[in-house]
Amino acid sequence: MATTDYAIRPVPQVIAHEVHAERTRARWIDWVTTTDHKKIGILYIVTTFAFFLLGGIEALLIRVQLAVPNNNFLTPEHYNELFTVHGTTMIFLFVVPMMAGFANYFLPLMIGARDMAFPRLNALSYWLLLFGGIVFYASLFWQPPEAGWFSYTPLSTDLFTPSGGQDAWIFLIHITGISSLVGAVNFYATIVNMRAPGMGWGRMPLFVWTILIYALLLILALPVIAGAVTMLLTDRHFGTHFFDPSQGGSPILWQHLFWFFGHPEVYIMILPGFGIISEVLPVFARKPIFGYKAIAASTAVIAFLAALVWAHHMFAVPVPTVVLGFFMLSSFLIAIPTGVKIFNWIATLWRGSIVMSTPIYFAWGFLSIFVIGGITGVFLAVFPVDWQLTDTYFVVAHFHYVLMGGAVFTIFCGLYYWYPKMTGRMLSEPLGKASFWLMFVGFNLTFLVQHAAGLSGMPRRIYQYRADAGWTAYNMISTVGAFVLGVGILLSVINFMRSYKKGAIAGPDPWKGNTLEWFTTSPPPVNNFDEIPRVRSVEPMKDIRRQVERQSGIEHETVAQPTAKA
Amino acid sequence: MDRIRAALRPETASIRRRLVAALLLTTIGSLVFATGAFADFLTPESGGSSNADQIDSLYKIILYVAIVVFAVVEGALFYSLFKFRAKKNPNAAQIHGNTRLEISWTIGAALILVVLAAVTFAKLSAIQDPPNSSASGLALAQGVLTASADEPSPPNGKKLTICVTGRQYIWRYTYGDGCKTNAFGLPYSYEEMVAPANTTVVLDIQATDVIHSWWIPKLGGKKDAVPGYHNYTWFKAPKVGEVYVGQCAELCGRNHADMTARVRIVSPAAYQAWIDGQRRSIQAADSQVQRLRTQLQSDGDL
Repeated sequence: MATTDYAIRPVPQVIAHEVHAERTRARWIDWVTTTDHKKIGILYIVTTFAFFLLGGIEALLIRVQLAVPNNNFLTPEHYNELFTVHGTTMIFLFVVPMMAGFANYFLPLMIGARDMAFPRLNALSYWLLLFGGIVFYASLFWQPPEAGWFSYTPLSTDLFTPSGGQDAWIFLIHITGISSLVGAVNFYATIVNMRAPGMGWGRMPLFVWTILIYALLLILALPVIAGAVTMLLTDRHFGTHFFDPSQGGSPILWQHLFWFFGHPEVYIMILPGFGIISEVLPVFARKPIFGYKAIAASTAVIAFLAALVWAHHMFAVPVPTVVLGFFMLSSFLIAIPTGVKIFNWIATLWRGSIVMSTPIYFAWGFLSIFVIGGITGVFLAVFPVDWQLTDTYFVVAHFHYVLMGGAVFTIFCGLYYWYPKMTGRMLSEPLGKASFWLMFVGFNLTFLVQHAAGLSGMPRRIYQYRADAGWTAYNMISTVGAFVLGVGILLSVINFMRSYKKGAIAGPDPWKGNTLEWFTTSPPPVNNFDEIPRVRSVEPMKDIRRQVERQSGIEHETVAQPTAKA
Repeated sequence: MDRIRAALRPETASIRRRLVAALLLTTIGSLVFATGAFADFLTPESGGSSNADQIDSLYKIILYVAIVVFAVVEGALFYSLFKFRAKKNPNAAQIHGNTRLEISWTIGAALILVVLAAVTFAKLSAIQDPPNSSASGLALAQGVLTASADEPSPPNGKKLTICVTGRQYIWRYTYGDGCKTNAFGLPYSYEEMVAPANTTVVLDIQATDVIHSWWIPKLGGKKDAVPGYHNYTWFKAPKVGEVYVGQCAELCGRNHADMTARVRIVSPAAYQAWIDGQRRSIQAADSQVQRLRTQLQSDGDL
């Protein structure tokens, strides 16, 4: 970092003070009863990270089972339970609520607010998430669900899956769904009503833009899945036949309802990650984001199109060709705004002065991985090709490139970027970079060969394969990669825990950030800011720094001042 | 640790750069030249039927476009990361955007997709619509007039219909045109399908319990077997003696992995002989059961 002259320039005097009330009760009661958005944010992040580690252990067990042909490490029953619980955990208990955790902590700070619009609703949203997770994981002590995270009917009906695990899955969707829904309403109300003076829609940080769209998509999609799982619940227990073909119901109706939620869910998971990247890249490239308006607009366009592509998950079910064609074209369309974002991010790096700290490693890791996931997505959108690829390991590889890249790498990017703000301590850079390289190499080792396994005919969700099927080498490489990835994640966990007490003091603004969360102490006081500054651009901290320089009489050098277009 | 530090020192930087460049070149090179050598590694299975071959060639067109896009985008990314590090480039250009550039890459991306969509629709009929049976294929009667409008049919209407029924955890095949309306009395087999070479075989895919998915990779794409629905696919396999394998591709319960399928391609004459044999042995088994039932009834056991 010392390479830039930023280091020697004066830092703005932060005006925020912790109010020290006398402690009258135990610390844990503070956490349980808190309505402070930052404490709730921490609760969210810690809880969902714990679920991430559980989901990771499940993934490793799956990989051990598949490492060699004809393996009997797991029974088929346990194997089905593991991939069901793994998928459900990663989606409903890790990625979506983790993004909510970041939004909880940083959304008010970034828009210069003192808390969320509805602080108690915010607390409710967290506790519902935790209880939803407990209800789901409690099924491990009886009979976990085993019909996949998509729970296709009729397999998930009482006739074929009578166990209570399936009901635990339904309640997980209900409870975490309400949690996400009230959270989304809260984010929306906060963004619309509580921005700092001067922060018009065109000056909102891009992370806030993505959370706005995330909230809208959740409000659009969650009622549909809530209705669908309720129908499944009544089919299972109260004698209705919504999805029962023998009584005039339709198994395909379930698929339509599920994917009408399920595909927007994909964007619910990755759009906030896009937001994190859009914040991190300009800070570390020391350069404004390239095409702010295009990035914000493409987020909205992606959200709109996300509601129109659901049936591309259903190309192999009996549907007319015209429907196949429509969903192929709509899926193609969504590649355009996504491509625009990637080009804008690379253009942000172009001619920048890139400070190679750990967050930027995870950011480029995300970019390079996500490009592959995006490209394989185009293969899958072409429905005749999808007939060969769907339900094979090619799809498994594709969505791990999209979601591990788009969500996990961006979440780690966010954790490394904001950890100093949340704890007041810096993370270890060597440990962070070692963790990144292990994760990056391990990830590609695990999932790149899965494309080949799928292309040579390996279907998903099989607990065993024959030795003569020709998939043995692919699976062995994949399993080794999964453990390398696991070690990489473990290094980050060690880093987070070690630095909490031992890390260097961060100060209010260790990265020379652009947005308002860096205009307060680390960690911020309960009220966030003593005084909320007036916002004059997308990068208020740059303005403030410039102002301080001017006032302290430092000549502001004219570095190729832009022909400002944005 | 010291060795790592030494590698990071500026004097070794040029060696490092060359190493990285060599790595990048080999990666891109292997990707470009791999298509021949590792055709199987990078492309879907094919070779059993013309629809599978057409899917394979459509896939390859997308793959070539994808390799170019991949190389350009990842190239630009890694070039920026190497070239514009703070060490090399201490001053960042304060650019906020470039409308003309942004519009052109949006249009560029759209154009690529328009081309891919056009290619897909151009190839679609070769994948979806079955051709006529060859002269060397099984002699077939004109198709049944009651056939559903969804059911694919060759131009001359002559096809062999086989009903494929998925159930936990085995595939059942019923041979003959009437299998859709009344499967009673028709020859059938489990797990291994026997099909005549050079003949247009249309599969009527159904399920009786949960959703399954019919997939023999070398004979074309997969089609889900959904209870309450009919789904269709076809194949026309030229190679006598080949056995094509596949397995259920949609999660159907605990033994999903064991729900395998085989398609054995035989000459039309051998097919006819096999069907007759199958019909005889099913009839023999049926009459045996009938005899046993009469016996049990007369004994008062039933």
